[in-house]
Amino acid sequence: MKSDTIAAIATALTDSGIGIIRVSGPDSISIVDNLFRTKTRGSILKNAKSHTIHYGFIFDGNEIIDEVMTSIMKAPRSYTTEDTVEIDCHGGILLMNKILETVVKNGARIAEPGEFTKRAFLNGRIDLSKAEAVMDIINAQNEFALRSSMAQLDGSVSNIIRNLRNKILYEIAFIESALDDPEHISIEGYQNKLLDIVEDLLKELFILQESSKNGKIIKEGINTVIVGKPNVGKSSLLNRLVGEEKAIVTDIAGTTRDIIKENIKLKGISLNIIDTAGIRKTEDQVEMIGVDRAKKYAMEADLVVHVIDASLPLDQNDMEIFKMIQNKKTVILLNKTDLEAVVTKDTILEIMNKEKYDDKNIEIMKTSTKEDVGIDIFEETVINMFMLGKVQYNNEVIITNMRHREAINNAINSLNMVNQSLKDHMPEDFYSIDLMSAYSELGYIIGEEISDDLMTEIFSKFCMGK
Amino acid sequence: MSQIREKVDVCIIGAGHAGCEAALACARLGLETVIFTVSVDSIALMPCNPNIGGSSKGHLVREIDALGGEMGKNIDKTFLQSKMLNISKGPAVHSLRAQADKAEYSRSMRKVLENQDHITIKQAEVCELLSEVNESTGKKIISGVKIFTGAIYESKAVILCTGTYLKARCLCGEAITYTGPNGLQPANYLTDSLKSLGIEIKRFKTGTPARMDKRSIDFSKMEEQFGDERVVPFSFSTNPEDVQIDQISCWLTYTNEETHNIIRQNLDRSPIYAGIIEGTGPRYCPSIEDKVVKFSDKERHQVFLEPEGLHTNEMYVGGMSSSMPEDVQLQMYRTVPGLEKCKIVRNAYAIEYDSIEPKQLYPTLEFKEISGLFSAGQLNGSSGYEEAAAQGLIAGINASMYALEKEQIILDRSEAYIGVLIDDLVTKDNREPYRMMTSRAEYRLLLRQDNADIRLRKYGYKVGLVNESDYLKTCKKEELVNLEINRLNQTLVGAAKEVQDFLIEQGSTPLKTGTKLSELICRPELSYEILAKIDKNRQTLPYDVIEQIDINTKYAGYIQRQQRQVEQFKKMEKKLIPVELNYKEVGSLRIEARQKLEMFRPVSIGQATRISGVTPADISVLLVYLEHFNRNKHENSMNNSLS
Repeated sequence: MKSDTIAAIATALTDSGIGIIRVSGPDSISIVDNLFRTKTRGSILKNAKSHTIHYGFIFDGNEIIDEVMTSIMKAPRSYTTEDTVEIDCHGGILLMNKILETVVKNGARIAEPGEFTKRAFLNGRIDLSKAEAVMDIINAQNEFALRSSMAQLDGSVSNIIRNLRNKILYEIAFIESALDDPEHISIEGYQNKLLDIVEDLLKELFILQESSKNGKIIKEGINTVIVGKPNVGKSSLLNRLVGEEKAIVTDIAGTTRDIIKENIKLKGISLNIIDTAGIRKTEDQVEMIGVDRAKKYAMEADLVVHVIDASLPLDQNDMEIFKMIQNKKTVILLNKTDLEAVVTKDTILEIMNKEKYDDKNIEIMKTSTKEDVGIDIFEETVINMFMLGKVQYNNEVIITNMRHREAINNAINSLNMVNQSLKDHMPEDFYSIDLMSAYSELGYIIGEEISDDLMTEIFSKFCMGK
Repeated sequence: MSQIREKVDVCIIGAGHAGCEAALACARLGLETVIFTVSVDSIALMPCNPNIGGSSKGHLVREIDALGGEMGKNIDKTFLQSKMLNISKGPAVHSLRAQADKAEYSRSMRKVLENQDHITIKQAEVCELLSEVNESTGKKIISGVKIFTGAIYESKAVILCTGTYLKARCLCGEAITYTGPNGLQPANYLTDSLKSLGIEIKRFKTGTPARMDKRSIDFSKMEEQFGDERVVPFSFSTNPEDVQIDQISCWLTYTNEETHNIIRQNLDRSPIYAGIIEGTGPRYCPSIEDKVVKFSDKERHQVFLEPEGLHTNEMYVGGMSSSMPEDVQLQMYRTVPGLEKCKIVRNAYAIEYDSIEPKQLYPTLEFKEISGLFSAGQLNGSSGYEEAAAQGLIAGINASMYALEKEQIILDRSEAYIGVLIDDLVTKDNREPYRMMTSRAEYRLLLRQDNADIRLRKYGYKVGLVNESDYLKTCKKEELVNLEINRLNQTLVGAAKEVQDFLIEQGSTPLKTGTKLSELICRPELSYEILAKIDKNRQTLPYDVIEQIDINTKYAGYIQRQQRQVEQFKKMEKKLIPVELNYKEVGSLRIEARQKLEMFRPVSIGQATRISGVTPADISVLLVYLEHFNRNKHENSMNNSLS
């Protein structure tokens, strides 16, 4: 069952110095009280007065997660007019995530888009004139959440989840058809079979749960796309950043024909590096597809790395790329400094000026991917752009991941209950309820609701009655 | 030319299972009621299977009974065999099913109707609904009906219970007749009158198998199916001793490859597969053609031979409904072991009929756009006698409340299968005749057939259909259950030798510390009754009380979880949406959601959440708008009172 107490990260999800986790709802104080200990007096929040601030630590079990301040605001004197606790913690995405997760583990649920504001309004905290705005917030945030939920889910993961759901649905449909038509469909000896099936389902879910911890089930991180003409050293750059030979590097222009994706961490910042086919006018069908994809990825990227062969004069293909990425946050690498330079920073700035392209979001530097020169400065630059807020994580990505994990955990809990009920010899009509919850929880991840699935499955898979 | 013109309180069109319950409810609440039927000899007719009850349908009958309806009492008087289904499964899916003596059932119900004060039975086809327009609101109001002879019956309310009779058409292969079920006269005029009132009509289809002469069947090739040794009555008012009768058996046999081959070879002559039938048929009640086509890997299908009554040789062939031509039917039935020499008394046939689009109804079963017009039963797109009777009862109660200017009742999904049935009908897109199923009831652990009285007697009593002594009996039962459960929760059992020996003897684990009696009952191998030996202080309780104690203790964890879900659910049901709300003004709603909400006009936020295509975000937007709407209204009224 869904909790009435909601939680979310209230500050921007950047690697800033401090962050705030907000918890609101009838159980907010007792939930945070379970995690929060002061140095000397243990748990104190339950008895704390409203509008007081407390210094202490957030624990996950016996492990200290962070040193924090908690503020208690009791109903009705808070934004939502409900009991509210705010945890002022240290910043950092990983840390804030961890705290939010612990709050959720203790009984809160992640807030829906716009939910704090919705509650504030419904509880009379926000005046009437703002109703329209509140509805727009809910709508906009929801659209965004939906879009990113779908877009960020890794294709293979959604296939796994669909698969799991189909298996669960089949079992529910079998049980239900046997309950509704006992004279035609027998359920003798089924419990043992289901026990095996549930074990298998759990194994698969545990794998998903593990990989979700590393954020692997969604495409988390800053999407960094490497573009440039053929044979300027894009793949060499990727290999340098990853630290191993991921891309094949040759002297032949057009070697990389499709996209290569890698995830790297620079001082805790997660980058999805995407190496693309070199962009040029081509007649080769296969290469053309690669070029089109490269353009598409560049347009969707959070950060574009434009690699230029500085030893050769700029040509029409380079100009095309400048035009294409003119509004993106870009790092331009003047590569191949081991050779004599023809193109310099000034050349680039002149072009920007002439074409009236905005150079505010552009960093230019020299590198030699071949001799590993300037790569460290490049990395430093990316980190700085991030820290200064020029490049940002998509907040929704992290929330999405949290939501997905919440759903996976809930599905696991439900299946564990099925397991327990089977062992306790509970009748079918009881544990089929938990099977159904597991099914709908997994549905949240891929954005599917139950609606008529069950009836359709029953009638199409099992031959009923008169 | 002068015409008869009469004035009554309620007109009921149709005397099937819905019509009978509706008429009895109205009359018992003191309203002058006329019930119209095309044939007085077919009151409470069972034109399809000879059963009442069955999985989840048995729940409906129990609920009808708890509310003060007649179906349960009537089947208790006229059954031939009775079984509690699913007895090896959990208590939520136990369900009673009885074989009925069809003629007796019908005759007995007719007798009840004929002897009920305030009911007039009238054999006549109703051709037209009469209505007026409320001048201040512009809304249509029903004012009566006109029958085929031209006679007019003015009334405050009208209940449509026309079953499968509207523009009915029966198909048996190439042979098509324009008749209602069993060759009865159809109602061919009323549909046009409904349409002219703006009511949307759709076409549904259902079917029934052949009836055979008992003397032509070789039962020695079949398995005999007995009733329960101890029969449980449907009605809470029936004395259990009165239903311990000599029961009549049913018989089980199977189709085989030969049967299936004949069907496959003749598919082109099936009206469904040849595309002659336009109506949508039910998937849960497939014809034998459908079973063979859709489940081609099944080597055989079950066939039940069931008696139609004590005073007839006709046997119902359950599991083999069909719309194949007569010659194919005979050929295929004769491949079934025991039916080699069968003689068909009545052919199997499919029937098509007009039904209304039920999203035009409030959950009270009144039309949203026409005050005082109610609709129940198969006309609403349901199927089955029990589903019809349940709606008939609610429509009868609410038409009475309407006529008496009292508040109408709605049972919600957490209170009754009847609530689930009606909510599904008026809220969801139903593309086939709707049959009750336990899987449709999300709170089914609470909606058991054993506690229908505890759940619903109070409503029956409140509207006036349940008498005081029946109501107090239920209150007493509930009190005894609660007291005893409290005692079990407070009584500790120590690890005395007597207790340990007893537990070991029962195959249970001995105690380590003192344990509550209620915890012991939760062990799968123990029950309330088994524990009598170590529970010396208990008083003697009636069986139905013990049953409640056992279920509520044994499954307490699950039951409490559902109760918490129900609390959440109720919150949303209680947020009512004003009738005058204009969805066009809710700017932030997505277009699809707005269209759906406009189409269904849900009565509550809860109902809105169940409309397909309305997302949780739409609901959030709607909640905010509703708050805005209500506060505005409040402010306006404040200003008006100031000025």
